Amino acid sequence: MALLSKQNKEAFTNPLNLDHPILVQVLGICSALAVTSQLKPAIVMGLAVTVITAFANVIISIIRNTIPNRIRIVVQLVVVAALVTIVSQVLKAYVYDVSVQLSVYVGLIITNCILMGRLEAFAMQNKPWPSFLDGVGNGIGYAMILIIVGAFREFFGRGSLLGFQIIDCKDFNNGMMTMPAMALILVGCVIWVHRAYFYKEK
Amino acid sequence: MKLNTNSNTYIIIYSTILVLIVAFLLAFVSQSLKPQQDANVKLDTEKQILNSLNLRGLSDEEAHATYEKIVSFDEAQNVYVCTLENGDVKYVLPLKGQGMWGGISCFLAVDNDKNTIYGAYFNHESETAGLGAEIKDNADWQAKFQGKKIFADENKETLALSVEKNVNNETTVDAVTGATVTSTAVSKMLQEQLTKKYMDFLKN
Repeated sequence: MALLSKQNKEAFTNPLNLDHPILVQVLGICSALAVTSQLKPAIVMGLAVTVITAFANVIISIIRNTIPNRIRIVVQLVVVAALVTIVSQVLKAYVYDVSVQLSVYVGLIITNCILMGRLEAFAMQNKPWPSFLDGVGNGIGYAMILIIVGAFREFFGRGSLLGFQIIDCKDFNNGMMTMPAMALILVGCVIWVHRAYFYKEK
Repeated sequence: MKLNTNSNTYIIIYSTILVLIVAFLLAFVSQSLKPQQDANVKLDTEKQILNSLNLRGLSDEEAHATYEKIVSFDEAQNVYVCTLENGDVKYVLPLKGQGMWGGISCFLAVDNDKNTIYGAYFNHESETAGLGAEIKDNADWQAKFQGKKIFADENKETLALSVEKNVNNETTVDAVTGATVTSTAVSKMLQEQLTKKYMDFLKN
């Protein structure tokens, strides 16, 4: 099978639009709300989830035929937990600032529904390479929403982007935008725009 | 021969091997990254102490060099004694408390009179970004502590330093907007820890 055959391309592009993990499947919402009050943690979180989803997918796909059916969820969890721990340790050793900023949310990637969803739905039935593409696609789809919402909330909440002040509003802090509730409303708006303009029901 | 992947023996052997592999892998990663992580944590503490002395935005090497030059740790009092470049002596008190979601901590730098605050730096484990986390991220808010008094009077009778909503006077700092619980926690940490751990030090 060619590296970028039609199916493989679909494995990568579907989660970006037609089968988007947040916009269509509405998975992984909790962490999307929690880390998006500023842009930088949102970007790092998106990256971390992309890396972990991709590699968890590959590992599960490689050992998929040996996994006993009755404990497959446990096996998946062990693989994800191991990967998350490794990523969190690496972040702590090499980009300490960012790991401090993300604090508990790196650990909470373990409970991200997107991961378990992809492992169950895709990696258990497919070969490693398509699984890898599927993982990367889903990770990027997730990161995309985090970045949109993060940028919006940081800009309208405190007038800055990535920590650089763009509008000077030191005494005026739009607390409404930095509250987690606003993230839910924003994600709702993004879903609405997506359904109206980009997503056609089959 | 096809393995019966649903037999009990297979499941037990499979899970044992899997767990062993993962355990060794994690132990190996943790061991090999530990020195680097410890160095990061130490450097981070040094930077926090320098932040409380209003020496902010230093690069890693600068921070370490400056720290080695001006700060020494007094173990008996649990206080960092700092001699600034102009000869002034400041004391940095490490404080710890409980925030909204996890621990919070503070380095409080006081002048030689052990009453006027020279600078402050706050840190937290898991406060909400943009709200409670402002105690760490918002340098302007931390700057509000400069010049505040710890005690209400010159005789150092009553400890008065606190954080309160919409109050801004000699001993009180205005709370962070949208972070009432964290601000109250900061106030409580300052009051409790100064009373419990540093009363003798501050009064002498």
